[in-house]
Amino acid sequence: MTTQAPVARTYRDYGQPLWRRLLISRASAVIGALLIVIVVSSFSVKAFAKPITMTYLFLDIAPILLIALPMTLIIITGEIDLSVASVVGLSSVTLGVLHQGGMPIEGAAVVALIVGLLCGALNGFLITIVGLPSLAVTIGTLALYRGLAVGLLGTTAVTEFTEFWTDLAKSKIGDTAIPSVVILIVVLAIVFAILLHFTPFGRGVYAIGLSPEAARFSGVRVERTKFILFLLSGVISALAGIYYTLRFGSARGDNATGLELSVIAAVLLGGVSIFGGRGNLPGVLAGALLIGTLASALRLANVTSDVINVITGTLLIASVVGTSFLAWLRTRRARPGGVPRESLASAKS
Amino acid sequence: MFNKSKRVGAIAALAVSVALVATGCASTGGDDSGEGSGDANLAITFLPKNLGNAYFDTSNAGGKEAIEEFGGTYAEVGPATGSPDGQVSYINTLTQQGVGGIAISANDPTALCDAINEARDAGIKIVTFDADTSPDCRDLFINQAEAAGIAKIQVDLIAEQIGDAGKVAILSATANATNQNAWIDLMKEDLAANHPDIELVDVVYGDDDDQTSFDKTAALLQTYPDLKGIISPTTVGISAAARYLQTSAFKGQVQLTGLGTPNQMRDFVNDGTVTAFALWNPADLGYLAAYAAKALIEGDITGAEGDTFDAGKLGSYTVGADATVLLGDPYVFNKDNIADFNF
Amino acid sequence: MRVVGNFFKARETGILLALVLVVVVATVKNPSFLFSPDGFRDLLLTPSILLLLAVGQAIVIITRNVDLSVGSILGLTAYLTGRLFIDVPGIPIPLVFLASIAFGAALGLINGALVAFAKVPALVITLGTLYAYRGINVLWTGSDRINSSDMPKDFLALGTSSFLYIPLLTIIALIVLVIAGWFLYTQRAGRELYAIGSDPAAANLYGLKVTQRVLVAFIVSGALAGLAGVLYAARYGTVNSQAGVNLELQAVGAAVIGGVAIFGGSGTVWGAAVGAFLLVTINRALPIIGVQDFWQRAVVGVLIIGAIVLDRVLALRQARKLMEMRDDS
Repeated sequence: MTTQAPVARTYRDYGQPLWRRLLISRASAVIGALLIVIVVSSFSVKAFAKPITMTYLFLDIAPILLIALPMTLIIITGEIDLSVASVVGLSSVTLGVLHQGGMPIEGAAVVALIVGLLCGALNGFLITIVGLPSLAVTIGTLALYRGLAVGLLGTTAVTEFTEFWTDLAKSKIGDTAIPSVVILIVVLAIVFAILLHFTPFGRGVYAIGLSPEAARFSGVRVERTKFILFLLSGVISALAGIYYTLRFGSARGDNATGLELSVIAAVLLGGVSIFGGRGNLPGVLAGALLIGTLASALRLANVTSDVINVITGTLLIASVVGTSFLAWLRTRRARPGGVPRESLASAKS
Repeated sequence: MFNKSKRVGAIAALAVSVALVATGCASTGGDDSGEGSGDANLAITFLPKNLGNAYFDTSNAGGKEAIEEFGGTYAEVGPATGSPDGQVSYINTLTQQGVGGIAISANDPTALCDAINEARDAGIKIVTFDADTSPDCRDLFINQAEAAGIAKIQVDLIAEQIGDAGKVAILSATANATNQNAWIDLMKEDLAANHPDIELVDVVYGDDDDQTSFDKTAALLQTYPDLKGIISPTTVGISAAARYLQTSAFKGQVQLTGLGTPNQMRDFVNDGTVTAFALWNPADLGYLAAYAAKALIEGDITGAEGDTFDAGKLGSYTVGADATVLLGDPYVFNKDNIADFNF
Repeated sequence: MRVVGNFFKARETGILLALVLVVVVATVKNPSFLFSPDGFRDLLLTPSILLLLAVGQAIVIITRNVDLSVGSILGLTAYLTGRLFIDVPGIPIPLVFLASIAFGAALGLINGALVAFAKVPALVITLGTLYAYRGINVLWTGSDRINSSDMPKDFLALGTSSFLYIPLLTIIALIVLVIAGWFLYTQRAGRELYAIGSDPAAANLYGLKVTQRVLVAFIVSGALAGLAGVLYAARYGTVNSQAGVNLELQAVGAAVIGGVAIFGGSGTVWGAAVGAFLLVTINRALPIIGVQDFWQRAVVGVLIIGAIVLDRVLALRQARKLMEMRDDS
C-alpha cells in the first residue's frame, strides 16, 4: 500500500459549531443509514420488529464489534491485520482442546488469551522489529494460525462445554432482550475510545498514520506503539474466540473463517481511511451495527448468506471508492484557483 | 470531512441506496416465510447438513411433495459446508421467523442442542432425519434404517467383493457426523467379530465435499498401495471416489462400495468401477419426516413410544423406542437393477 | 561462468532444490509416489491449476498490488464451463475455453479498473470482490452442481490424458508459463511492470502508463484464473459452489515463496511456478511421511513467513553492500 501525502487542516475545518460537526459527520451518516434500514425492515420484513431480533443481532455481531476496536487503531496507523479471524479460530481450538483434556473453562480461557497475546506478539515482532510489511506478514500468519488451529483439532469439533459458561455467553441483561456480552463490548469500547481520542498514545496513533517520520521526530515511539496495537489485536481476537466458542458451543478449527472481511468492512464503512490517519470509533461502531442489522434483516427475509456476502463486499468497495472519489472531486475543485483552498498539497485522503 | 455538503450528499445517497437494496431484497423475500393454512402452523423448513448435496436434494424434494400434499408451506435452508455453527445460525433465524416445524439432518450430536431447545421453547417442533442429535434435543428422529443393518450391509458387500481378505479403508463425510460415526463404529465391531482377515487401515474424512473426497481417495491409494477395498458411507464420498478410480490404474483392483444414489453411480456401475452399493430412498425419508412434523404440530402425537401417525402414501407408522421412527431396510443396487431407479 | 553462478544463487534455484528434496523423501518412503503411473501423473497434474493462479498472482504482485479474488473467479468460470456444456449442447471445446478466459478477464477488469482508476488499495478491492464474486457464484449455482455426466467425454479426457507421459493440463500450464516469462523478461511492457512495482511515483514521473499497465496486470490475472477454472472442471468433473475456495491464499503463498517480493518490483513467474509445485507437492507428501494433512495450512503459513523474512534479510544485505560499494568508490 503506498501512502499518500495528507490533507492539511485549515481553520475552516474547525470553524463549525459543535452541533454541526456532530450532525454532519461520517458517523452520523452511517447511523442515519442504520435508522433507515431498521425502519424499512420493520415494515417489510416479517418477524424483524421483535425484541428477539436485537438479541440475535448482538449475539452475532459481538465478535465483529470486539475485533473492530483494535483494528480501527491498526488501520489508522496505516497497517492492517488480516490474521484476526485465524486467531479467533486458534483460541477457540485452544479452549476446546484444553477443556476436553479436563481443564476447567476459566483456566482454558486464560491460556487461550495468552495464545492470542503470543499471536499478536509474533505479528508485532515481524512488523516492527524485522520491518516487514503488515499485509504480507498477516497473510502469512493468517495461514499459520489457521493451520495450527485446524492441525490441532483436525476436522472434529469439541462440543461439550460447561453449561454455566455457554449459558452465560448467551444470557441477557435482566429482563431485557439485550445480551450480556453487550456490557463487555461497551466497556471495551469506552476503554478504546478513551485510548484513541483522549490520550497521548492515541494522538500518537493518528500521527503515525499521517506521517511515520514526522511522528518519530515528534517523539512518538512508533515501533512500540505499533507493537502494542498488534498485541491488543491478538488478545481481543482471542477474547472474541472464547465468546464465539461458548456462544455456539462448538470449538472447531475453521470457526470464524472470513470474519476479517466483516471487521475490515465495518471499520472502513465507519469512515476510517485505509491510508491511515483518519477515522474515529463511533463511526466504526455505527458501521458494524449497520452491516449486522442489514445482514440480520436480509436473513430473516430468507435471503441467503451468499447474497449477504455480496452486499457486504459491495458495500466495502463502494465506501472506499466513494471516499476516494470525493477526495478526487475536492482536489479538482481546488486546482483551477491556483493555490488550493482546502489543501496545501495535492492529496487523496 | 466535517463540512462538505457534497460528501454528506454522497454518503446520504449511499445510505439511501443501501436501504433501497435492503427493501428490494426484503420485500421479495418477505413473502416466503408465510403462514400455514388452517389453525396449525404448517410452515415446515428442511435444514439438511449442507446444500449442494444430491442426497439432500432428493430428500428435500420428498419433503416438499409431502408438504404440498397436506397444504403446508415448504422451505429449505442450509449452510454451504457441513459445519455445526452454520446450522445454529439457521435455527436461530427460523426461531425468529416462528415456523411450525424444522426437519434437521444434524452436523453434530450436541452442538445444536442449545439452539434447538430455544426453538422448542418457542413452540417449534423439531424432527431430525438421516443424522440424529442427542435424544433430549429433538421431538422425533426419522431413521432410514437400523444403524447395525446399514453397517452390516456395507461390510458384507466389501467382504464379498474382495474375497473376505485384505486391507480396506473408509472414506467418511465430516468428522462429527452422528450417523456416519455410528455406522463406522458398528462396522469396526462387525469386522472384528466376523471378518478376521480384513484389516481396516484408515478412516479419512472427505467433509462431504466433492473435491476433498476426490483428493483424499487419491491420497489413500497413494499411501496404501496394497489397498483392496474402500467403503464410503456417504453419497458425496462414494461418487467422488468412483470418479477418481475410473481414470486410475487401480480401477478393478480396488473395490469400492458404500452408500450412493443410483443416478450418480449409474456410469460407474455400468463400466465396472463399482460392483454394488446400498441405500434407501431419500425421498421417502424426507416425505416421512414432513408427515411426522405435521403430526407433531397438529398434536396427533407427542413422540411417545407407541404413537402412530399417518404418512400419506407410505401408510401408517409407529414411533419406536427413543422417539425414533424407522423407515425400512437398506437396499442393494447393482448392474441388474440400477436402471430401474431415478433419484 | 557468471551465468552459472547467478543460477546457483538465484532464489528460484533454492526453491527448486526444496521441491526435489520433498519428492525424494516422499518417494523413498513410498516408491509409488513417483514411480507409478498414477503417482507421476498426479505429481504433475494437481499443481497445474495452482500454477496458473500463481503466475497471474505474480504478475499482479510485481506491480505492488495483490489479487485476493482469484479463487472466486476460478469458481465462477468453472461453473460457467459446466453451464455452457449443459445449456449449449454440442458447443465446441475451444469455444468454452475462450468464453471462460474472457469471463475471467472481465472479472479481472473490474478489479483492475477499481484499483487503477479509483486509486484504492488492491487489498481492499480484491477482498471485497473475493466475497462478492463468491456470493454471486453461490447465488447462481443455487444448490445445483455440475456433475461429470453433464460434460462431454472428450473434455473430461483432457483432465486425465497425457502426451508423452506429461498430462495435457500440465502442458497447457507450462505453455502459459513460458509465454508469461518471455513477456515479462523481454517485452518492454513486461519490464515496465517491474518499474511500476519498484517505485510507482518514479514510474509515473518517468512517463510510464501506470494506470494502463496495472489494469492489464489484473486482466491477465483474471484471465488466467478463468483458464484455471476450465482446467478445474476438466480435472475434477464436479463443480459446486465451493470450487476454488481458499485457493487465493495458496496462490499468494506460492508467489511469495517463489521469490516474488510482496512490496513489488522483483521476482519471476518461474519462481512462482516452482512455488506452486512445492506447495501442492508438500500437501501430497505429508500423509506419506506420516504427518496428518491437517497441518498443511500451517506449513504454508510458515513457508510464507520464512520467505518474506528471507527476502527482507537479503534486501538489507543488498542495501548494505551497495552502501559499502558507494563508500569504497
